[in-house]
Amino acid sequence: MAVATTRRPASRPLEGLEAGSRRYREKVIVGGLFLCAALSIVLTLGIVIALVVPSVEFFRSISPVEFFTGTEWAPLFKNSKFGVLPLLSGTIVITLIAAVICLPLGLLAAIYLSEYASRRTRSFVKPILEILAGIPTVVYGFFALTFITPLLRENWLFGTPPQVFNALSAGLVMGIMILPTVASISEDAMFAVPQSLRAGAAALGATKYEISTRVVVPAGLSGIIAAFVLGISRAIGETMIVLIAAGGTPNLTFNPAEAMQTMTAFIGAAGLGDQATGSIGYKTIFAVGITLFVMTLVMNIISIRLVRKYREVYD
Amino acid sequence: MSTSASQTNAPTTPPISLTSRRGWRHRARDGAFRGAVTGSVIVGLVVLVALILQSLIEGWPRLNLDLLTSFPSSFPERAGIQSAIFGTLWMVGIVLVTAIPIGVGAAIYMEEFADTEAWYNRLIDVIIQNLAAVPSIVYGILGLAFLSRGLLDLGPVVLTAGLTLSFLVLPVVIIASREAIRAVPSSILDGALALGATRWQGVSRQVLPASIPGIATGSILAVSRAIGEAAPLLLLGALQFITFNPTGLGSSFTALPIQIFNWISRPQEGFHIAAAAAIIVLLCITLLMNAVAIWLRNRFQQTW
Repeated sequence: MAVATTRRPASRPLEGLEAGSRRYREKVIVGGLFLCAALSIVLTLGIVIALVVPSVEFFRSISPVEFFTGTEWAPLFKNSKFGVLPLLSGTIVITLIAAVICLPLGLLAAIYLSEYASRRTRSFVKPILEILAGIPTVVYGFFALTFITPLLRENWLFGTPPQVFNALSAGLVMGIMILPTVASISEDAMFAVPQSLRAGAAALGATKYEISTRVVVPAGLSGIIAAFVLGISRAIGETMIVLIAAGGTPNLTFNPAEAMQTMTAFIGAAGLGDQATGSIGYKTIFAVGITLFVMTLVMNIISIRLVRKYREVYD
Repeated sequence: MSTSASQTNAPTTPPISLTSRRGWRHRARDGAFRGAVTGSVIVGLVVLVALILQSLIEGWPRLNLDLLTSFPSSFPERAGIQSAIFGTLWMVGIVLVTAIPIGVGAAIYMEEFADTEAWYNRLIDVIIQNLAAVPSIVYGILGLAFLSRGLLDLGPVVLTAGLTLSFLVLPVVIIASREAIRAVPSSILDGALALGATRWQGVSRQVLPASIPGIATGSILAVSRAIGEAAPLLLLGALQFITFNPTGLGSSFTALPIQIFNWISRPQEGFHIAAAAAIIVLLCITLLMNAVAIWLRNRFQQTW
C-alpha cells in the first residue's frame, strides 16, 4: 500500500487517487497470482529439459535402433547391453494384469455408486474407496510381497508356482490400487448423464440392469474411456509396488509368474545405486524416463480430451 | 438367446406364461448384475481390511513406543523410526510453505482473474491437468536433474526432497482449490462488486473464505500424498542410513516410506516386522488425514 502511494505519478487527477492506488496494488497482486499459475509452465519445461538433454547425449552414444529393438537390458554391467524391450515387456505385462482387475471392477463399482447405491450407502462407501486411493504405494508393495505372493504360491493350480518376486502379485495389487481412480472418474461421467434419459428408459419398461448397461454406460462412454486410459497410464507410471514385489531382473517374457523389471522399477533401482553424474549408467535413467514420460503423456492427453468431450455434451 | 428359447416354446405355452418367463429371466439377470456391481465394491473393501489386518498382525510385536523413539539400527529388534518421522515432518513443512500457497494462488488466478479465451491461460489449464497425471518417478527425475545433482548439485537433502514433493503435489492443490473456488456462486462476487469492492477485495474477502473448507480438504489430501510418496525420493538418493534427526534444510534425512522400503528390501524377518509396524504408523497418519479431509468436506459442504 505504502509503495503504491509513493510511486503514484504526480500528474494523476486528484479524484482518481483512491481507486488508482487500489488498482495499482491489485495489479501487483494479480501479477503475483499469475506467476503462481505460470509456475506450472516452468515445471513442465523443467521436466522436458531434464529428460531431453541427457537423453540426447545418451542416444549419441547408443543408437535408438539398439535401444528400442534390443532384447537385452544390462546397462550397468561391464559388457553393457541397452535393449529396452525387456523393460517394456515387464511394463506391459504388469499393466495388463492391473487393467484386467481395475477396469471391470472400477466400472462396476462406478455403476454401483451411481445407479444402485442409496444416498446413505453411497455416503460411506465412496469415502472408503477414496481411502483405498490414499494408501501409500509402499504399503501396497508390502501387501503384495507378504500377503498376495504367499497366497498365490500356496494355491497355485498351473504347474510351477510363481517365484517369490513375480509380476502377477504386483499387477493384481496395482489393479486394486487404481480401482478407486477408475471408479471415481467413471462415476463422474455417469453422474453427468441427464436424469431424463434414465426416466425415459424406465418409462419404456427397462429394468435397472438395462438402464445401466444400455443407457447410462453408452451415454457416459467418453468419460468412462477417459477413466480407463488414465487408469492404464497410472499403472504404467507406478513404481513402488513393482520395485518391491516384482523383483529387479529385466526379463523378456510374458509369463506373469516370473520376476520382471518395469521401466519405473529400473529408474527407481538406478537411484539406489551410485551412478556417477554424467556416466552412461546415469544417462540411461533419463533415456528410460523419457520413454515412460512420452507413453503416459500421450495417454493423459487422450484422457483429458475425452473428459472435455462429455463435459461439453451435457454441462 | 432368451427370444429364441421363448420362440421355440411359443406354440405349446400360453402367452401369459411367456411374459412371466421373460420376467423371470429379467429378474435373474438384474439380480446377477446387482450382485456383480455390489461385489466389485466389496472386493475393494475386503482388500482394504486384509491390507490393514496383515500389517497389524505382522507388525504387532514391534508396535510400541520404542519403535517411535529409536533410530534405525542394523539390529532389527532395536531399529526405530524417530529420524524417519522427523524427516517426514520436514517434508510436510516445506510442502506447507511452498506448494499450498502457490497452488491456491494459481487456482485463484485461473478461476477469478484469467481471461479464459487467452491462449496462455488455456495452455496453463491443459498443462496443470497433464502435470497431475505425470508419474511420480518423473518428478524424481526433475529433482535429480536440477536440485539433487546436475544444475544445483545439492545432494539428497531435506530441501531437495521437500521441493521435489512440492512440485509433485502442486497440481493436486491447484485442481482441488479451483473446484472449491468454482463451487462458490458468482452472485457472491457480483454482490461484493456491486457494493464497490474491487475484484481482489471481493475475491479475498468473500469468495476465498467461502471456499476455505474445499481448499483445506484438497491441501490435506495433497500433504497426505506427499507423506506417502517414496519413488521420487529414492531416485534423489535418499535411501541412506540416517541415525539423527534433520537439523536444517541442508541436512541429510530419511522419511517414513523410504525407511519402510529399506526394511522391506532386507532379507531378515525382523526388519519385515519393523516395516509392518512402521506401516501401521504411516497408515495411521495418512488415513487420519484422509478421514479429516473427507469429514471437512461433508461437514462444510454448502449447497448455495
